[in-house]
Amino acid sequence: MEIELKNISYFRDGKYILKNVYFKFEKNGIYTVVGPSGAGKSTMLKLINRLIEPTEGAIFINGVEYKNIDVILLRRKIGMVFQRPFLFEGTVKENIELGPSLRGEKNIDALFYLEAVGLSKDYLFKDVNNLSGGEAQRVSIARALANSPEVLLLDEPTSSLDPTSTSIIEELIKRLNREGIMVILVTHNMEQAKRIGDYTLFLYKGELIEARKTWEFFENPISEVSKLFLEGKLKEMIE
Amino acid sequence: MSTSSLIFASSLVLVAIFISYYQKLGIEKEIIIGTARAVLQLMIVGYILHYIFSASNAFFTLAMVAIMILVAGHNASKRGKEIPGIFYYVTFSIAVSAAVTLSLLVLFGNIKFEPQQVIPVSGMIIGNSMVASGLSVSRLKDEIKNRQEEIEAYLALGATSRQAAQKVIKMSIKTGMMPTVDSMKTLGIVQLPGMMTGLILGGVDPITAVKYQIMVTFMLASTVAISCFTVTFLTYRTFFTKQHQLRQAF
Ligand SMILES: Nc1ncnc2c1ncn2[C@@H]1O[C@H](COP(=O)(O)OP(=O)(O)O)[C@@H](O)[C@H]1O
Ligand SMILES: [Mg+2]
Repeated sequence: MEIELKNISYFRDGKYILKNVYFKFEKNGIYTVVGPSGAGKSTMLKLINRLIEPTEGAIFINGVEYKNIDVILLRRKIGMVFQRPFLFEGTVKENIELGPSLRGEKNIDALFYLEAVGLSKDYLFKDVNNLSGGEAQRVSIARALANSPEVLLLDEPTSSLDPTSTSIIEELIKRLNREGIMVILVTHNMEQAKRIGDYTLFLYKGELIEARKTWEFFENPISEVSKLFLEGKLKEMIE
Repeated sequence: MSTSSLIFASSLVLVAIFISYYQKLGIEKEIIIGTARAVLQLMIVGYILHYIFSASNAFFTLAMVAIMILVAGHNASKRGKEIPGIFYYVTFSIAVSAAVTLSLLVLFGNIKFEPQQVIPVSGMIIGNSMVASGLSVSRLKDEIKNRQEEIEAYLALGATSRQAAQKVIKMSIKTGMMPTVDSMKTLGIVQLPGMMTGLILGGVDPITAVKYQIMVTFMLASTVAISCFTVTFLTYRTFFTKQHQLRQAF
């Protein structure tokens, strides 16, 4: 799938949260999105999932303006996973089946998606309240996968997880990508962005400062702001 | 009851004022204003009702009911001031619940279509409907605000607005109905409802009073159910766009 952000802005409460962002996600890779908090990273994902509308510019999916695509279909094809897993009361199985069942599908192979995120079938009938943070996040990824998405948007999925769970999820992301799912991962963990990204986008104050191959961005950032950010000196710049 | 004994009874309000003063609650002024308003409003209503009852005119009766609905709608819509069109949603919901419940009562022969019966019964229906729909609206507003992320997680999975709001809709309807359902459970034990008390004080046989009270209980159950259901379904939509997005303005 190809996603083109054509000069999108998002203006709210008298300020630009995203400003004139142009980018084309075109290769099937892992895109990592970095930037200080408040830079507009989550807003960008929400725009791609059409949870909000850009105030300027437009988004094209495979060359079609997304206003011409059924929004429910779009959200199925472009799945989104949030920082907090937000599992709904009930069992793991019920959660995985949720997406397809919303449109009346039956006979969903929940076990298939559960195994896809590396959890055994013992989890199927577990109450979601009895899952660890890492398990819950994996179930929320399985839930998104059950919609058979072509793209996964992940908003800091490991930010509240321990190192073990984090690396399990990173492996999972890499494997899903190898199996053909484009991944756009927002993370505040630079090591993670470097480890698993093919391309990296750096957002600062709503602007896309740099978007390049991950290793190039980390080895040899072009803009001054990027350099400061990577040296951890950008905080002083935030008023 | 003589008017003079009523005046003596007004000293009961002094007790409330004294407690407020003694405990520095700072609500003496509000108690006085509240009392004065209640007396004034009731007196005016007394004379209006006196006139309408003696005129016994269907138009006056319905006009009176309509005014009650408008005032109730105005009052209940304060619970959701930020919501565009809330006055219309609330007023419509109260009107629907009143129309359905009243029509059924008249149809079943529980009450006659005459002002002496229609107006007090409408008052009870509309009053309960007002409180219940106000509760529903305020719960709906709060839950949508507090569960914004959860609702968006639902939407992101391809849920429609309606599916994403389902849980909140349920809570909101339930919240509006619960006080009525709860009070049904203890009716007659913990409290003797106003209507029954009034009838018994007025000299009506308790058995007759109870019959009316049972009717009132049935009618309030239907009233709050209809008004909470209607207002919730009308209102939840305003929180979403046509593109199944949660509006950011709230
Ligand atoms: N619904 C909203 N209303 C007002 N401000 C918002 C809203 N959503 C985000 N913002 C503001 O937009 C900026 C970017 O937010 P966000 O996209 O969440 O940043 P990031 O994910 O990079 O931390 C922040 O300053 C935030 O306060
Ligand atoms: Mg964020």
